[in-house]
Amino acid sequence: MNHFPEAWGRPRNDVYGAYDHSYLQTSGPKAHTSSPAVTGTSVVGVKFNGGVAIATDNLASYGSLARFSDVKRLRNFGDKAMVGFGGDVSDMQYLDRLLDSMDIKENYSHHGNMLNAKNLHTYLAKVFYKRRSEFNPLWNHVLVAGFDGQGEPFLSSADLLGTTFSAPHLATGFGAHLAVPILRRKFPEGTPLEQVSKEDAVEALKECLKVLFYRDARSADKYSIAVITKDGIDLKEDEQIQGQSWAFAERIRGYGAQTA
Amino acid sequence: MFRNNYDNDAVTFSPQGRIFQVEYAQEAVKQGSVVVGLVNKTHAVLVGLKRNAEELSSYQKKIIEIDSHMAIAIAGLASDARVLSNFMKQQSLGSKMTYGRPIPLDRIVAQIGDRAQTNTQHYGKRPYGVGLLVAGVDEAGPHLFEFQPSGLTHEMVACAIGARSQMARTYLERNLDKFQDCSRDELIQHGLSALKETLSQDKELTIDNTSVGVVGVTNGKKESFKLYEGQDTAALLEVLEQRESAGAEGESMEVDS
Repeated sequence: MNHFPEAWGRPRNDVYGAYDHSYLQTSGPKAHTSSPAVTGTSVVGVKFNGGVAIATDNLASYGSLARFSDVKRLRNFGDKAMVGFGGDVSDMQYLDRLLDSMDIKENYSHHGNMLNAKNLHTYLAKVFYKRRSEFNPLWNHVLVAGFDGQGEPFLSSADLLGTTFSAPHLATGFGAHLAVPILRRKFPEGTPLEQVSKEDAVEALKECLKVLFYRDARSADKYSIAVITKDGIDLKEDEQIQGQSWAFAERIRGYGAQTA
Repeated sequence: MFRNNYDNDAVTFSPQGRIFQVEYAQEAVKQGSVVVGLVNKTHAVLVGLKRNAEELSSYQKKIIEIDSHMAIAIAGLASDARVLSNFMKQQSLGSKMTYGRPIPLDRIVAQIGDRAQTNTQHYGKRPYGVGLLVAGVDEAGPHLFEFQPSGLTHEMVACAIGARSQMARTYLERNLDKFQDCSRDELIQHGLSALKETLSQDKELTIDNTSVGVVGVTNGKKESFKLYEGQDTAALLEVLEQRESAGAEGESMEVDS
């Protein structure tokens, strides 16, 4: 019997050869995240008269595999703001814990959590920028929705590099290509916020999610939508895309299993 | 020389349960010249009486602006106050950088409170020899806080610390009801009146020895901290004088009727 515990449970060296330790190499350069693993796709947001609406689907993909189909990608920050996460899901969970602990810390103060969506967005952008400067980025692209210090509706994005961008309607990921043109057609540049109703905004988001489900292969037909007004956050997390019509698919030619 | 064996450091209790070093630090606050602070629904005011070490020297600064939304008034060791105010400036700037918001008053006061308390619990350290009045505005409106060398902090509606400050506190207690709804300018005058109460017979408020700081909200809009010193205080002192003489007449008339 071999009395060295490290040899127990292993194929015998005299039969199979010595173990190849190169598989367990611990030397060499330290590697940080250089690509996301489990990912969420687009986040879409629209400002309207008196608030902001934001939506994502409930899918987390592992590469092209639709791995988790009930992942909530809209996270709240106290009762003040919503953050919609695109990109790496584990980094989203880290940021969500970070924001929850921040909310708890803020609430120790006599006047409660006084950080608004704009403060939160500034903070998140700083966190992203710090991490990318350490060459260890948080692989997300987020939309922050809520109100600013003046009580005006606020919608802004921040990405893994710490880049920020703001507009009356925004989308991340695939949505930046597919949803933004739809939203720009519905709400042309210079449209005063007063002319965009809550119903218009919600309807536009649903339309965007439907188009994204048609054309983004990493999307799903289950989605979450949050409507943030002065009265609070109305979050629905188990919605289904309605009124699908796949008729257009018949006419698509050029890829897939086709006989003609 | 020593009161007893229990005052050599700030970490040892006396058998009566007191920490003498902390009490001595509080004495240092009482040696400092007086500062008064008061708040109402819209504004927070700090007024201070400046001292000069000798006839030909300049006056010691009593009110230090931390940020555009807050300031401190100091009584006690000015050098200790400088350490604390530099710390507060850093924290305030940090909050603006990371969150894009002015730091809430209760937050920064809790931070200096914790720092001061730590100094009373480590061997080889000493308490800060300074008391502060912290005045400013945040999302929740105007605030005034008192800070003591022990690390104790209180939110106040009106407060005075420093030499002969009891006289000012008596004035503030008597006139408390008048503060809440009064205007910015009236609040300043109440502050100056309280300050004047503390003066000894041969002293008076001049443009050289008076400091006034105001911060507040007007019509929902934040008004940046404004410090009045030197010639800027002349107008305020003039109003004070007019009010005093009018007040004296009023009193005599009351006696007549």
